[in-house]
Amino acid sequence: MTITTPAAPAPPRTMASRLRWALADGWTITHRDLSHWARRPAQVIVGLLFPVMVVLMFAYLFGGGMAIPGGGDYREFLMPGMFAMTMVFGVEATFTAVSADIAKGVTDRFRSLSMAPSAVVVGRCAADLLNSVLGLAVMIACGLAVGWRWHEGPGPALAAVGLLLLLRFALLWVGVYLGLVMNNPEAVMAVQILVWPLAFLSNTFASPATMPGWLGAIAEWNPMSATVSATRELFGNPGWGGDSWAAQNAPFLALAWPLLLLVVFFPLSVRRYRTLGR
Amino acid sequence: MGSTGHAIVAEGLRKRYGDTEALAGFDLAVPEGTVCGLLGPNGAGKTTAVRVLTTLLRPDAGRAEVAGFDVVRRPEQARYRIGLVGQHAALDEVLSGRQNLVMFGRLYHLGAARARRRADELLERFGLADTGDKPVERYSGGMRRRLDLAASLILAPPVLFLDEPTTGLDPRGRDEVWQAVTSLVAGGTTVLLTTQYLEEADRLAGTICVMDAGRVIAEGSPEELKSAIGGDQIDLVLRDAGQAGAAAAIAERIAGARAERDQEDRRVCVPVRDRVTALTEMVRALDDAGVQVEDIALRRPTLDEVFLRLTGHRAGASEPAGEVAA
Repeated sequence: MTITTPAAPAPPRTMASRLRWALADGWTITHRDLSHWARRPAQVIVGLLFPVMVVLMFAYLFGGGMAIPGGGDYREFLMPGMFAMTMVFGVEATFTAVSADIAKGVTDRFRSLSMAPSAVVVGRCAADLLNSVLGLAVMIACGLAVGWRWHEGPGPALAAVGLLLLLRFALLWVGVYLGLVMNNPEAVMAVQILVWPLAFLSNTFASPATMPGWLGAIAEWNPMSATVSATRELFGNPGWGGDSWAAQNAPFLALAWPLLLLVVFFPLSVRRYRTLGR
Repeated sequence: MGSTGHAIVAEGLRKRYGDTEALAGFDLAVPEGTVCGLLGPNGAGKTTAVRVLTTLLRPDAGRAEVAGFDVVRRPEQARYRIGLVGQHAALDEVLSGRQNLVMFGRLYHLGAARARRRADELLERFGLADTGDKPVERYSGGMRRRLDLAASLILAPPVLFLDEPTTGLDPRGRDEVWQAVTSLVAGGTTVLLTTQYLEEADRLAGTICVMDAGRVIAEGSPEELKSAIGGDQIDLVLRDAGQAGAAAAIAERIAGARAERDQEDRRVCVPVRDRVTALTEMVRALDDAGVQVEDIALRRPTLDEVFLRLTGHRAGASEPAGEVAA
């Protein structure tokens, strides 16, 4: 058969065309990850339903035995913590995807192409955020079904959703960085060892005031606790309160922590990606 | 292409990782349209060399040009003109073969329609048209490699790098890849192939560069390399292992070269220059000495032996074999 050899398009010269290429490449990578969903719907559904199962377990299995500050409804109390937890556990998916691409040489192939170098991570980032938006939507629907409500109107509720996605966005770069450093998808176990304490050493299920002093301090200063407290306030759901500076300034910390993580891990990831070639 | 007529040029490349020098003054010149086999054991620096030449790794020193472009100063130009098939099939396992090719086509900025057309052409060409819609995770090793090759050929690059393209494949998969590479070379592509399989280099490459400890230590056609170490070999298989010492002494006296002995196989092997004379003399001398010979054969040396002579250790073995003189 005859093969028509495609001519390579000329590389971009202006800033604008460079940007257009970078966006097109980023979209190609995002599209790749979205195609995975279509190819593996079962995995996506399990991934979405697992947190729902956890909610049901806590709401109906343990919920009866829980005393809520101010005598509020347990499920109202539970849901913001569950939302934040879904965001935190997303790190594992990001890590696995990034490290698997490196281990299999897919990242090297991308790097040997004349594509925009930023696209690999930007595309990954966009796909993971889309996944998290979907996951959060499912969790909100699940919350509404078990009796959780927001009470402060749509504005604060949207702000709460924004804080949750900000946390996910910041942790995404932690996942990218760890994936680039460890480049072994099996090491997801090690990541779990980091993620689980972050999720449970928090104010999600228990009041830091009931913990030993040092542990309570860690729990109060935990980035996830800040997001959980702030979203409880914004949704108008019951929370622990507390006298510490961290507990009093949860909304500030819910912004500051993710921004700090971003300031640290975004440049680290970019640098690490560049030094793959050293 | 470069004015020199060389598709790949490397001069004095160095790369150090901690205490190990992966590249220690690596020189290479591959003329356009030829296949160069980079042969060496694990850890010789083959992959490091390929990673530098494909712009994935910055060298500490030295320079390299691929298709006329400096890989450090003009990496984006070089990337347009190369294809890389690494040691692992670098494919998305979840996506189908066709989806993979379309994705890579889009990353080459072909546009959606052209990327799809190109994917179909390549699937057809590599005998994957029927399986193009299956996810790659269900492909056999040989199919993956062929798809991997197809993905590196989307822009039909003038220079192709194959880093151990058949490692881990069964004989059938290896054959499939060899055929694919052979047909590419017929189309004029310059290929740099790394391998630890001497058979593979012998079969595919016109020129072989033997690499050890980060440098090219010998270069030539397979035939040249074989003659360079003393032409033909005489193999003796003895009836009685106890006579191996006597047989080796006779063989060394007649050939004037060092004989290799393998006690367990009752085998003695020696390089000879004047093949027919040496063979006749050896048969007579062994007979006179009462050494019983089960089999005697005259043959060309294998590349394994070439490698052993050049490096002091066998291909694939990381430890030196010991007393063998280079």
